Amino acid sequence: MHLSFLSNLINGISLGSVYAIIALGYTMVYGIAKMLNFAHGDVIMIGAYISFCVTQYLNLPAWLSVLAAMFVCTLLGMTIERLAYKPLRSAPSLAVLITAIGMSYFLQNLALLIWGSNPKSFTSIISFGPLRLFDGQLIISDVAIVTVLACILIMIGLTWFTGKTRMGKAMRAVSEDKGAAQLMGVNVNRTISVTFAIGSALAAIAGVLLCSAYPTLMPTTGSMPGIKAFTAAVFGGIGSIPGAMLGGILLGIIEIFGKSYISTELGDAIVFAILIVILLVKPAGLLGKKIREKV
Amino acid sequence: MKKKRNSTFVNNLITYLIVIVAFVAVTLLQNAGMISRSLKGQLVPICVYIVMAVSLNLVVGISGELSLGHAGFMSVGAFAGAIFCMATKDGIADPTVRLILGMLAGGVFAGIMGVIVGVPVLRLQGDYLAIVTLAFGEIIRNVLNCVYVSTDAGQLYFGFNNPSLPGKLIVNGPQGAQGLSRISTFTMGFCLIIFTLIVVLNLINSRSGRAMMALRDNRIAAESVGISVTKYKLMAFVTSAVLAGMAGTLFGMNFSTFTASKFKFDTSILVLVFVVLGGIGNIRGSVIAAALLTILPELLRSFNDYRMLVYAVVLIVVMLATNSERSKQWLAVIKSRLSREEKGEAER
Repeated sequence: MHLSFLSNLINGISLGSVYAIIALGYTMVYGIAKMLNFAHGDVIMIGAYISFCVTQYLNLPAWLSVLAAMFVCTLLGMTIERLAYKPLRSAPSLAVLITAIGMSYFLQNLALLIWGSNPKSFTSIISFGPLRLFDGQLIISDVAIVTVLACILIMIGLTWFTGKTRMGKAMRAVSEDKGAAQLMGVNVNRTISVTFAIGSALAAIAGVLLCSAYPTLMPTTGSMPGIKAFTAAVFGGIGSIPGAMLGGILLGIIEIFGKSYISTELGDAIVFAILIVILLVKPAGLLGKKIREKV
Repeated sequence: MKKKRNSTFVNNLITYLIVIVAFVAVTLLQNAGMISRSLKGQLVPICVYIVMAVSLNLVVGISGELSLGHAGFMSVGAFAGAIFCMATKDGIADPTVRLILGMLAGGVFAGIMGVIVGVPVLRLQGDYLAIVTLAFGEIIRNVLNCVYVSTDAGQLYFGFNNPSLPGKLIVNGPQGAQGLSRISTFTMGFCLIIFTLIVVLNLINSRSGRAMMALRDNRIAAESVGISVTKYKLMAFVTSAVLAGMAGTLFGMNFSTFTASKFKFDTSILVLVFVVLGGIGNIRGSVIAAALLTILPELLRSFNDYRMLVYAVVLIVVMLATNSERSKQWLAVIKSRLSREEKGEAER
C-alpha cells in the first residue's frame, strides 16, 4: 500500500516534470509577449516526430536525435513568431489568440499529412534499465529519473540565464514594461524572438521525454499535454519561472493520484476543475504577482 | 437615427430572405430529385452548423469573449434531447412534436449548464476566459463519457460509471447514445435557423445588445455609465448556450447513435472558423460561411486531406490581413487613393 503510494508519487513527479518543462515555454512567452501561444503544444509533437524520424530512419544515436529535435523546434518557434505573431503585436488579444489557434491547427494537420494518422510507437531514448528498490517492490523507471533530472537542470539553467546574463535581464525588462525597455535600448523584437527560441527548444526536450514515457506518437499527441501545461503555468502563476515548475509538478501529482484513486476516466476532468478553481480563487496563481488595473 | 434603424431592418430582412430563398430552392431541387445522396445527408448538419455559428458569433462578435467550449453545450443539448426523445417515444406519437419538445429540453439543459459555467467564468477576461471555456468543454465531454441512462417501463434510470441498470440502455457511457430514431428533418433545421436568427438579431438590436457591444468596446467606460458586466455577458453566454443545445439535439437526432467524442475541441474550432471567416460580429456572414464551408468539402472530395490544413491557413491569413499594422496601412493607402480619384472625377 505504502509502496503503491510512493510509486504513484514518483510517477506524478515525473509526469509533472514534463508539464513543468512545457509550462516554462508558456510562461516565458506569456510573460514577455502577453499572449497565449496555443501552438506550443504542437511544437512538442513536432519535436517528438523529429526525434522519432532521426532514430528510426537515419539510425543515429538518441542524444543526436534530441539535438536535432531542439534545432528544428527552435527554428520552427522563431518562424511561427516571425510570420504569425509579430505582425499582430498591437492587435487585440482576441485576434492573436485566434491566430495562435490557427497555427496550432496548422501544425497538427501538417503533421497529419507528413506522418499520417496512424500512431507511431516511439522507442524510449533512455535505456539503462529501471531502478529497483526494496527488493524489487518499488520500480522507478529510467525515463522518470532522467525526466526529473532534466527538469531540475533546466530550472537551474533558466534561473541563471534570466538572473545573470544580458539577454535574461533584457527579457525581464521587456516583460515588466515593453515601452520602457525599448527606451533603455533593449531590442524588444530580438528579445521576444529569443524567448520563443528557448521555449521551443524546451518543448522539443519535453516532447522527447513525454513520448519516452508514453510511447504513442500521433499528430494530436501534443495538444492535451500542452493545455495541461498551460494549466500548470496558470496554477503556479503565469509569468513566473519557479511558479511554472511548482505548478507543473503539483499538477502531475494531482493527475496521477486522481487517475489511480478516484477514476481513470475523470483524470483530465479533475485537472481542469483545478484550473477553474484556481482561476476563480487565486487568479494570479500560487507564485504570481497580482497586477492592479489602472483606469 | 431613424435612417440607421431602417438600414438595420433592411439588413436583417436580407439575412432572413437569404435563408428562406435557400430553403425553398433546396426543397424544390430535392423534390425534383436533383440533389445527390451525399449532399442530402449534409442538409441537417448544415442547419446545425449555421445555428452553432450564429450563436457563437453572439458571444465572440457581440459580447467580445472568446469561447472555446461551444461544442460542450452542443453535446449537453444532444444528450438531453436524445434522452427526452427516447423516454417519450411511446407517449408522444408525432415525431415533429417530439423533436420540438426534445430541442426545448436540450436547450434548457444547455442553458442551465451555461449558467453554471458562465457565472464563475465570466469574471475572467481574455485568454483566461478562453482557456476555461475550453476546460469546461473537456470536462463536459469527460463526464458524459461516464454517464449511463436506461429506460424501463416508462421509468428513467441514471448511473454514473455504472452500466448495470434495469431495462434498455439509451446512453451507454463511452459508446454514447444508441438506438435513436432519426427524426430530424431539413424543415425542422430551417425552422431552428429562423428561430435563432429572430432571437439573435432582435437581441443585438435591443438595449441589451447595445449594452453588450458597449462592454465589448470598452469595459471600463461601459461599467462607469452603469452597465452591469455580469448581467449582459451572462445574457449573451446563456442565450448562445441554449441555441447551441437546441442545435445539438437536432444534430443528435439526425443519427441513430452518437458519442460524446463527436463534440470534441475540433468541433468548437470548426464553428470558430465559420465565425471568423464570416466576419466576427456579422451574423449574415456566419450563416453564409457555415453553409458554404460545410458543403464545400462535399463538392471537393479529393481535396479532403488538405481541408483542415487550408482552414488553418485561412484562419491565420484572415487574422493577419484584418489585424496587422502593415495590412491596415495598405488598406488605408488604397482607400485614400480611391477617394482621391473620386474627388478628381467630381472636380472634372
